[in-house]
Amino acid sequence: MSKFNDVERFILKKVSDIDDVPHGAFNIRENGKGIMRNTTENINIVTKKDKPGIDIYVKANTKSETVHIPVILTQGGMTDVVYNDFYIGENADVLIVAGCGIHNNSCQTAQHDGIHSFHLEKGAKVKYVEKHYGEGEGTGKRVLNPVTIVNLGENSYLEMETVQIEGVDSAIRKTSGVLSKNASLIISEKIMTHKDQFAKTEFKVELNGENSSTKVTSRSVAKENSSQEFISRVIGNEKCFGHVECDAIIMDNASVKSIPEIYANNIDARLIHEAAIGKIAGEQVTKLMTFGLTEKEAEKEIINGFLK
Amino acid sequence: MLELKNICFTRDNKKIIDNVSLIIDDKKYIVITGPNGGGKSTLAKIIMGIEKPDSGKILFDGKDITNMGIDERAKLGISFAFQQPIKFKGITVYDLICMALGKRVKFSEACKYLSDVGLCPNEYMRREVNSSLSGGELKRIEIATVVAREGKIVIFDEPEAGIDLWSFNSLIEVFERLHEKIESSIVIISHQERILNIADELILISNGKIKAKGKKEEVLPYLMENTKRCRFLKEKKDE
Repeated sequence: MSKFNDVERFILKKVSDIDDVPHGAFNIRENGKGIMRNTTENINIVTKKDKPGIDIYVKANTKSETVHIPVILTQGGMTDVVYNDFYIGENADVLIVAGCGIHNNSCQTAQHDGIHSFHLEKGAKVKYVEKHYGEGEGTGKRVLNPVTIVNLGENSYLEMETVQIEGVDSAIRKTSGVLSKNASLIISEKIMTHKDQFAKTEFKVELNGENSSTKVTSRSVAKENSSQEFISRVIGNEKCFGHVECDAIIMDNASVKSIPEIYANNIDARLIHEAAIGKIAGEQVTKLMTFGLTEKEAEKEIINGFLK
Repeated sequence: MLELKNICFTRDNKKIIDNVSLIIDDKKYIVITGPNGGGKSTLAKIIMGIEKPDSGKILFDGKDITNMGIDERAKLGISFAFQQPIKFKGITVYDLICMALGKRVKFSEACKYLSDVGLCPNEYMRREVNSSLSGGELKRIEIATVVAREGKIVIFDEPEAGIDLWSFNSLIEVFERLHEKIESSIVIISHQERILNIADELILISNGKIKAKGKKEEVLPYLMENTKRCRFLKEKKDE
């Protein structure tokens, strides 16, 4: 029998793609408290003493292991702030799946602010997946403010996938990275907002090491009366490469603002920012209608593909 | 059978299609040709429902489809390959073929449509239909999606446009094979002699009117007549 009730199970599936207790190392947090934890020989999870949250230690050379740290919030009127620090040893290669799901049936706001710091030692490699989801019948807002701080040591690599598809009324997402020699940071963000929702993203990447690189891709869809802001700041202090691509589809009365900032402080810094905001191209809809799809079905396929 | 009756289409005070009536019989291979700006692409778009005529009627298998939308016509069996293939962010070649087929099919099943147009499925199936593909690759994918639909009437709007001669030569083989195996009527808008050569019937459209219709030998003289000499060159020669 499952250790979770239906709501918990549904949210865990949505944010972590797990059906039950995950394999490997994990820490499940619900309404401000850790409810379940597992550690492995190579991955230790320790509760912080000075503030809410956990420290996750991955031993050097750990390969193909996973860490799941989902958060479930089902109580309205609660602001859950948590600090999770990841220490990834030399040459380790792991998958970390985080994410927060809010089920708010109350008339009060439910808020989760997750502050995640990553410290990657030489040659370490991490894939970090973070999903945010909100649901519930109540009028209370569902608010998420994730902060991600990345420190990449020499030759290390972090790939971050962040997704916010539905149900989050307000989100301010801050991601910052400091990169050493030969380090790479790949960020892919997908956001969809509707109704009166608001989503703001701020990226700041400092390319401090020779041959460090970053690629930031943001794809978002803003529907109805929702609004989005995208601010990216890439600073090239050495011979480095940075590419930021921000694409947004705007529908109905929505608004999207994109502010690119690229700073080159070295003659060998190569920095690119591309931004495009626009409605769904009419010719794309026409093309799919020639396959027999209605206008609405065509729009849905275009958005699904765009955010896939 | 597709029948156009007295189709007129005017934009910016210019008669783009001027009272065109036309019958396209089942299982025929028709090539519409003629000078640029003569109204060929507009006529093709009117058949698919992308453009709406100002007057006239369109009948498909006896049914009046004049006021039907693009999707309704597609469901009846009209297919259309765009002159400039449309690009999508995030939608893969596999997704597009599945949408053309109207259902999610096994990967292996979708592969054959790419092989038919000379693309290696393993290399292309997972790629996005975006600017990373060349004009020739996009064109082949466009044709693959239209072939996948197996419509009753398949319209290709200038399949040679925007691709290099070498890519086009291998595409010709696709049309030749299509002619042999497909059960539909095929309508190709083209200027290419090799495509003209395999047509059952040519239709010459110029200044929005049908100038000639029939076998190649019958239509070609009209086509040559249409080729005006450059006034500048003529004056130079006369000097």
